[in-house]
Amino acid sequence: MLPEELQDKLEHDIAAVDHPKELAVDVMFALQDHYGYLTDEAVETAAGLLGIAPVEIEELATFYTFVYREPVGKYVIHVCDSLLCMLDGSETIEAHLHQKLGIGAGETTGDDLFTLLPVCCIGYCDRAPAILINRKVYGPLTVESLDAIIDRLRADKD
Amino acid sequence: MTSYPKVLLQNRKPDRIATIDEYRESGGYTALTESLGKVPSADVRQTIQNAVLLGRGGAAFPAGMKMSTVPEDAPFPRYLVCNADEMEPGTFKDRVLIHADPHQLIEGMVLTASGVQAEKGIVFIRPEYESAARILEREVGIARDAGFVGKDILGSGFDFHIDVHRSGGRYICGEVTAQLNALEGRRPNPRKPPPFPTVKGLWDRPTLVNNVETLCCVPHILKNGADWFKHLALTETGAGTKLYCVSGKVNTPGCFELPMGVPLREIVETHAGGMRSGGTFKACLPGGASTGFLPKEHFDIDMDFEGLKAVGNRLGTAAIMVFDESTCLVRVTCNLIDFFARESCGWCTPCREGIPYIKDLLWRIENGQGEVAYLDMIDRMARHLWNAYCAFAPGAAAPVQSLLEYYRDELMAHIEGGSCPFDK
Repeated sequence: MLPEELQDKLEHDIAAVDHPKELAVDVMFALQDHYGYLTDEAVETAAGLLGIAPVEIEELATFYTFVYREPVGKYVIHVCDSLLCMLDGSETIEAHLHQKLGIGAGETTGDDLFTLLPVCCIGYCDRAPAILINRKVYGPLTVESLDAIIDRLRADKD
Repeated sequence: MTSYPKVLLQNRKPDRIATIDEYRESGGYTALTESLGKVPSADVRQTIQNAVLLGRGGAAFPAGMKMSTVPEDAPFPRYLVCNADEMEPGTFKDRVLIHADPHQLIEGMVLTASGVQAEKGIVFIRPEYESAARILEREVGIARDAGFVGKDILGSGFDFHIDVHRSGGRYICGEVTAQLNALEGRRPNPRKPPPFPTVKGLWDRPTLVNNVETLCCVPHILKNGADWFKHLALTETGAGTKLYCVSGKVNTPGCFELPMGVPLREIVETHAGGMRSGGTFKACLPGGASTGFLPKEHFDIDMDFEGLKAVGNRLGTAAIMVFDESTCLVRVTCNLIDFFARESCGWCTPCREGIPYIKDLLWRIENGQGEVAYLDMIDRMARHLWNAYCAFAPGAAAPVQSLLEYYRDELMAHIEGGSCPFDK
């Protein structure tokens, strides 16, 4: 069950637009923020709120990069592996993250802190190699500056 | 360094966005004040057409002409969508524009909307640009409070509202018809025109879709005139300034506003600080991942739409990705094809099947397991990509076909040597 406040807000937002379905992504994001990822229950809830079939949510959820149908960590790290970041060492950055976090691409650390997702060009080619952590950009990165960022996030938890 | 007038980035600051007051001090919102409710919408369209403003999102379609394809008697509501779903590798100018001077975009949207009598504006923005989305939401509110957006703007009787729509994130959403599906909450596969979006777009209503940079040019054109805009360019065929995003093997990558038609050599050697580590220019992609390699014999080319077209290439988004003699262009193409294979929406067969086919063969060559016969196979499949539903797959074909055309020796060195000659 959604908290009443969130339920009310979403119902209010949906009532304010001409076509409820146009808010599909916003609703998915809101539910994802609440549950941590887009759970099966969230898919049903979103469909109910928008007055469409769950499969219509599913076909969007599985299409978009930023909608997660599986649990993710507190920090989602998107590593850009497109051309400019690749030329400037994204492979080193990604390999270092695998080693430092002990996880592969698409996996989450055992303490549920970090999820690692390689992605296409994030639009920060002037700051290559770049990554996003919860949509905030970091770059140009070196192995050392990356270590400092990860260590700081780990320390924040404690 | 030659100094050129700054137009779109005149208010750019190193560490913060320009405020509405700063934008106004630089002449911002004058075009709106002077034309809204006073200049007929047909004249707005004509001025933009006379300015030869070509779409800056990559397709270079004349913006004024596109506005004119909204029928006079088209039903309401009409929509104006600002395409801020910039995801072409190498391209980050729209992000720079929004972070530099958001009110320029807002004014551009209101003026463009007035030209087609659209009352609803939507900025479609990629999720990677969350900070830009927040900036726009805040600044639209400020513009509304100042009377530049909303109901009865400046007492002109013209209503125009702007909403920010966050995408869930996929490259194909930048394609106009796919973007319409995304906005309607459908799976964002492209649609096949006709009907064209300006006739039947969002919810079957006329919808004009323009790139951020295109819209940002509009206030300046209406304020200073079409001739002024045309004369900003260095070439006869060009018009306006252009934001060139330069990246790759240069000393100072970045987004530079320069006159349309500035020579490639000047962009690389002067504005982007020259080649990195004393390297020599080997090739570039002149306009994003969907353009072909531009070999070094064209290093002195004038960078405008016509100039690139004359050598069988495209200016695209003017995202210039520079490669030096140590860059393996087979490896570069493998990376681009990986990108296209991952981002293909999968809707039509040539794209869904053809791109992974090319990817497989190219990677075999890069990894030293190539055969000469692969080259013709890649060439044939690249030509099949042109039969796809939208421009995505032909875009993917561009670097591949130019690799075959200009760098066959490099491919052969991989095949005959049994390894990548650039691996040390």
